[in-house]
Amino acid sequence: MSGPSEPKKYKNPILNWIEFRLPIISYFEKEYGDYPMPKNCNYFWSFGAMASILLVVMIVSGIFIAMNYTPHTDMAFVSVERLMRDVNYGWLLRYIHSNGAAFFFIVVYIHMLRGMYYGSYKYPRELNWILGVFIYLLMMATSFLGYTLPWGQMSYWGATVITNLFSAIPVVGEGLKTWLLGDYTVGNATLNRFFALHYVLPFVILGVVGLHVAAVHVHGSNNPAGIDIKSKNDTVKFFPYMLLKDTLALCVLGVLISAVIFFGPNIMAEVDNYIPADPLVTPAHIVPNWYLAPFYAILRAIPDKLGGVVLMFASILVLFILPWLDRSKVRSCNFRPLYKWFMMLFFIDFFILGYVGLKPAEGLYLLIARIGLVYYFVFFFIISPFIGLIEKTKELPASISDVYLGGGKSITTPLTQKEIN
Amino acid sequence: MSENPSEKRRDFLQLSTITLGAVGTAAFMWPFLKSMNPAEDTLALGSTEVDISGIDEGQSITVKWRGKPVFIKRRTQQEIKEAREVLLTELKDPAKDVNRVQKDEWLILVGVCTHLGCVPLGQKMTDSKGDFNGWYCPCHGSHYDTSGRIRKGPAPKNLDVPEYTFLNETTIKIG
Repeated sequence: MSGPSEPKKYKNPILNWIEFRLPIISYFEKEYGDYPMPKNCNYFWSFGAMASILLVVMIVSGIFIAMNYTPHTDMAFVSVERLMRDVNYGWLLRYIHSNGAAFFFIVVYIHMLRGMYYGSYKYPRELNWILGVFIYLLMMATSFLGYTLPWGQMSYWGATVITNLFSAIPVVGEGLKTWLLGDYTVGNATLNRFFALHYVLPFVILGVVGLHVAAVHVHGSNNPAGIDIKSKNDTVKFFPYMLLKDTLALCVLGVLISAVIFFGPNIMAEVDNYIPADPLVTPAHIVPNWYLAPFYAILRAIPDKLGGVVLMFASILVLFILPWLDRSKVRSCNFRPLYKWFMMLFFIDFFILGYVGLKPAEGLYLLIARIGLVYYFVFFFIISPFIGLIEKTKELPASISDVYLGGGKSITTPLTQKEIN
Repeated sequence: MSENPSEKRRDFLQLSTITLGAVGTAAFMWPFLKSMNPAEDTLALGSTEVDISGIDEGQSITVKWRGKPVFIKRRTQQEIKEAREVLLTELKDPAKDVNRVQKDEWLILVGVCTHLGCVPLGQKMTDSKGDFNGWYCPCHGSHYDTSGRIRKGPAPKNLDVPEYTFLNETTIKIG
């Protein structure tokens, strides 16, 4: 290692004092002040910031809920009801937390679809995408654990069904399931450890989010044109431009989430979860949280236990290798006339799978789930790698600035460089 | 590189240090992982004695054993006949009905679907009993027959038969 580099000088002596000992001021200045953002980024590029803020909201509301929660099978349900009725603003904390989770997933799904549509996962941002899929996996695990804690009927039976997935693994499955549960059925040992893990995993997510953001800042953000930054003219500074834009996006999100919290706090909740857990009675219709429903639909579409479990995990893990399945050099679907429509169809397919995942697995719903499942995998393993054989991509603009200057497609009056800056 | 004896020695030291460190870490993880398995009090085998004198023919009761529901059904002649007449080749998890009961009338089963662990319907008179007149799991649509064998749906195995003994004509001990 070489010695410390020459520290930056600031007017404020306190900042100088800190910077000399820990160059954190210049780091933030570089990453969140001067950081160059492509100037053609649309509002889809605000969803990463929104997701980060929601993570903080979830952690803060969760800590305050934990102060009033008892992770014991005899008391968990009652402690949540006490939180709702007796604790000051307890109802608000819980509704923020439960609806915050749903909005967290909405925002992250849009963030992911943004990444897919504009090819943000491609070279040189593959690792960034992989870190993102890790965050998504951790989110799914955390939300599942959290859903168990109120100890209602859906909590109990959701936990039973999901942990039984592991028993499908040949040879070690049953032992693994018992090890996860700490008992032969979902019981007090299970609830206790689920609470411990639900508390700690968000901090793991926070750490991976740190890496995810650091990684995207190495090569810079992608943009709707999917082309690299060529000069300073292609960018604007993060502060104030993107900060203000993200703030406006956050305000809109805040209005939406408040509307749900205050006017329809239970619209995404399952009624059965207000019945205390009963190990002897399974609810007639078990449903997962809607944000995990597409994968539940895939699980149930297969009439074989192991097969369903394998396909369900495969449908999530395939995301990891997407950067290598899609072999086109063109990132943005704006310049891929054919793939664009298959991509749109994939989004719709994912939505439909989510819908049938919430319906009983029979008749027409089962048929739709199976068709949706086939398209899901065809998209990844056939369309993405091989569409290049028949697709003729459009010509890419020479630079991001050219998006505004040439073609007259997006803006009618060409701007001069000075005006843009 | 390795011509120099001191470098060879260094390689050996490096390798043995890493190996010892890895083995030590793995050994240290064992108690932590093991602590997540069922505790001694959980393992302590529970058994339940059940009075079955009040169960009429065709009726069925549910009792709790080791946290799980156990179905005790007094089968009708018709149900026994149905269970006996099936060809083994038609079964997904072939098992003879005679091997699943101690007394023809009494069918005792762990009431946990072998698919993903839900409790199948069929215990109450008003419940759906599925296509084979036994039990039906509402979660993912598995059908069981009058011997608790899987006949249709995603479940891979028949409903488990727990260990039990008849203490006398009207009492059984499960476990």
